[in-house]
Amino acid sequence: MQTEKGLTEDLRRIVGPDNVHEATEEDAVEGVEPDFVVEPGSVEEVSALMKLAAREGLAVAPRGGGTKMHIGDPPRRLDLIVSTARMNEVLEHTPGDQIVRLQAGVKLEDLQKYVSSSDQMLAIDPPESGATVGGIVAANSSGPRRYRYGTIRDLIIGITVVLHDGTVAKAGGKVVKNVAGYDLSKLFTGSLGTLGVIATANFRLHPRPEASRTVAVEVTEPQQAQAAAQAIVHSQVEATAVELHYGENEKLLAVLLESISGGIDAKAETASFLLKQYGEVRTLSQEEADRLGSLTSPQVVMKIGAPPVDLAAVLESVLGAVERKGLAHPRITGHAGTGVTLVGLSEETEDGAAGFVEEMREIWVRRGGSVTLQRAPLTLKQRVSTWDNGGDYLGLVRRVKEKFDPRGGMNPGRFLGGN
Amino acid sequence: MERSGLIREMEGIVGAEGVIHEHEQLRTYECDGLMNYRVIPDLVVLPETGEHVQRIVKLCYDEGIPFVARGSGTGLSGGALPVESGVLIVLSRMRKILEVDIPNQRIVVEPGVVNMWVSQEVADEGYYYAPDPASQIVSSIGGNLAENSGGVHCLKYGFTTNHVMGAEVVLPDGSVTHIGGGRAPDAPGYDLLGAFVGSEGTLGIATRITLRLCRVPEAVRTLLAAFEGTEGAGGAVSGIIGEGIIPAAIEMMDRLTMEAVEAAVHPGLPDAGAVLVIELDGPEAEVEEQFGRVLEICKENEATEIRVAEDDDERALFWKARKAAFGAMGRISNDYYVQDGVIPRTELPAVLGKISELAGRYGLRVANVFHAGDGNLHPLVLYDNDTEGEAEKAEKLAGEIVFACLEHGGSLTGEHGIGEDKKKYMPKMFTDDDMNVMQLLRCAFDPHQLANPGKIFPTPRLCGERPGPFQMHPLQKAGVVEQF
Repeated sequence: MQTEKGLTEDLRRIVGPDNVHEATEEDAVEGVEPDFVVEPGSVEEVSALMKLAAREGLAVAPRGGGTKMHIGDPPRRLDLIVSTARMNEVLEHTPGDQIVRLQAGVKLEDLQKYVSSSDQMLAIDPPESGATVGGIVAANSSGPRRYRYGTIRDLIIGITVVLHDGTVAKAGGKVVKNVAGYDLSKLFTGSLGTLGVIATANFRLHPRPEASRTVAVEVTEPQQAQAAAQAIVHSQVEATAVELHYGENEKLLAVLLESISGGIDAKAETASFLLKQYGEVRTLSQEEADRLGSLTSPQVVMKIGAPPVDLAAVLESVLGAVERKGLAHPRITGHAGTGVTLVGLSEETEDGAAGFVEEMREIWVRRGGSVTLQRAPLTLKQRVSTWDNGGDYLGLVRRVKEKFDPRGGMNPGRFLGGN
Repeated sequence: MERSGLIREMEGIVGAEGVIHEHEQLRTYECDGLMNYRVIPDLVVLPETGEHVQRIVKLCYDEGIPFVARGSGTGLSGGALPVESGVLIVLSRMRKILEVDIPNQRIVVEPGVVNMWVSQEVADEGYYYAPDPASQIVSSIGGNLAENSGGVHCLKYGFTTNHVMGAEVVLPDGSVTHIGGGRAPDAPGYDLLGAFVGSEGTLGIATRITLRLCRVPEAVRTLLAAFEGTEGAGGAVSGIIGEGIIPAAIEMMDRLTMEAVEAAVHPGLPDAGAVLVIELDGPEAEVEEQFGRVLEICKENEATEIRVAEDDDERALFWKARKAAFGAMGRISNDYYVQDGVIPRTELPAVLGKISELAGRYGLRVANVFHAGDGNLHPLVLYDNDTEGEAEKAEKLAGEIVFACLEHGGSLTGEHGIGEDKKKYMPKMFTDDDMNVMQLLRCAFDPHQLANPGKIFPTPRLCGERPGPFQMHPLQKAGVVEQF
């Protein structure tokens, strides 16, 4: 290992002197502070940086908008943050092909603005603002629209990655239909920077809907919420999203409908008809629909993945545990159509929160679901880990990690199974 | 192990009737849908349960014997081509539908279940399974998974990979693992299922597959529009997509294809240079309005005739015409080679022009039938095997067509796979580094390269020395492959 001064010079030589920064406290990842933040401007520069990192044995964490650095367990070590901030170019957008090729650091908002001039969109709507497309892929973030369009794995059609040893590899391409070679785009989706740096990504786009409306039913108990969600899911209304907001006072099952101008009224009417047997139905203003959105404020956000027909059981298990443990009423939202429930806890004692997470894992992992922490204080993660135990595929996860990153230099320790 | 010993061991697992070892019977399995490659396997084994598969694969692993999985054998890229001195594991006896879970919109099936049976099983509940390859009345779900099969309706609904939600997999070392959440979303860890689907049998064998079921749409409208040539038809396709309409399907056939189809199934197609079959589905009000727009767009592009399907029978007739296209080629040519390439939709006119030029230069006829909505071409190169050298010429022409697809920003294959057929072309699309990194995945799943060896990649790579049942790979010993 060379001196820090020598390393600084090497880094500067690769990315230019203005693009090497000494890390500050703000750059710490779950309490671990790196030495440098570097901002490469091209795939070649990423590759050169990674070769240097491999040679010097540096641990690397990729970073996009930095909106999701709190996901995952603390890294075992961290020397270098490779930021894609400067890699923010739209490489190709062919409206007639409904595809776009992007450098990983393009922010989702900027992309949406760019393609909206062609009445198109990337059909993903994660809650965090300022996220880059690379970060969305790496963390597999999703939002309400996943009910209709799937998650980012269903939209990504090509990728360029740089491994820790500097190898640059691409997979997929810029056509929607393509089965040549292994689908590394999907392997890297949700890999949280543990396999390599995502340098570019290609996506399929969708037409922007002409009209949209959110219809919601007020429910009073878990069974109703589940029944209302099931009514929409099994109908022919082709909803875009089926969202749950289960607060202490307000409990809504909201359905986002999108269509052409001439089709939206009929859709809204059908959805309202289906929902009204479960409570009072109203159309939400855009403002109200947005406000219901995500869980950004709670200190602890837990994600439960369970079969959609277990929605009531999920809610009952959460509410039951909260009551037994004397915790405050949590904020609960979820993608009810796809079986994702998010539970937000605030101002709980660590014992209370840890016991709660453990109890949820006890119930839902055993039933084939998963319970992971989306956000939590470090001390809580140290007790219960971000991840549950996964399944019998854990060995395979480890072998994939070993093959792609044999030196363990990519975000070591942050992923499932300590990978 | 001696062959006779291996036969005895296999019979111990699946019974005597589940092992085929007589030369004449083995010949039944010497090829799949790609008939110009033939290899007679050492043995064929027909497991009936996941446990059988697990024990067969474990035995292969312990003995260092390569194996190839086969479903219904309809694949068109030689993905199920046996390997010499290898075992062919035929999954056609594993045909049980294990669980139907309508509330969660899931169905769990064994790999040998035929694609069409899935939709039939849940039709009464108002559900269906969306991926519909033209082979769907024969091809198996396990084979569809291995190839990431497409179909005519994937423009709107996606491919097999978007509809497989979980799988029980026998890994090449004989261990069993479960990947993908199945009924629950977002299983933590790498998207191993996403990597496994479409891996052409090189990462293991799926023995239990969880599929997503789709609700039958409220309304379906189908039309057939005739044009003077492919330019007009192509213009209509661009117009429809440009309007922001995503039809359930847009299929194109050229004159030569129609001639063959007419001779084979007599659907009474119009006399035209090209036809489109366009289908819209979804909520009634939405479909009605968009269907009106589609009709206008076809007229604007000077459609010479438009037929709107009045009922399910007429709709079925349009689809019968389209789905019969490959098989119908036998009516106008002794032999034909099915190519599968993809291009960005906007490159369609340029690539069709190039195909026609190439056909002229080679003096061979090429019929074009394709999924126009997603740019997936199926040029059918017609030739006569009895004419000296014509088969080679046809294969060369088919190769040039797929290179043209690459030059125009496309891909070697949209849905048929690389298999044996196209591995030699992989370096035209991917660099050595690209392929080496892909093969890291192979090394994680199958370090000894026992599962369907020699497919997809032109140069197999070994995965480094590891403690295992044998020290040196036979291919390495023979100097065939290099250490990786």
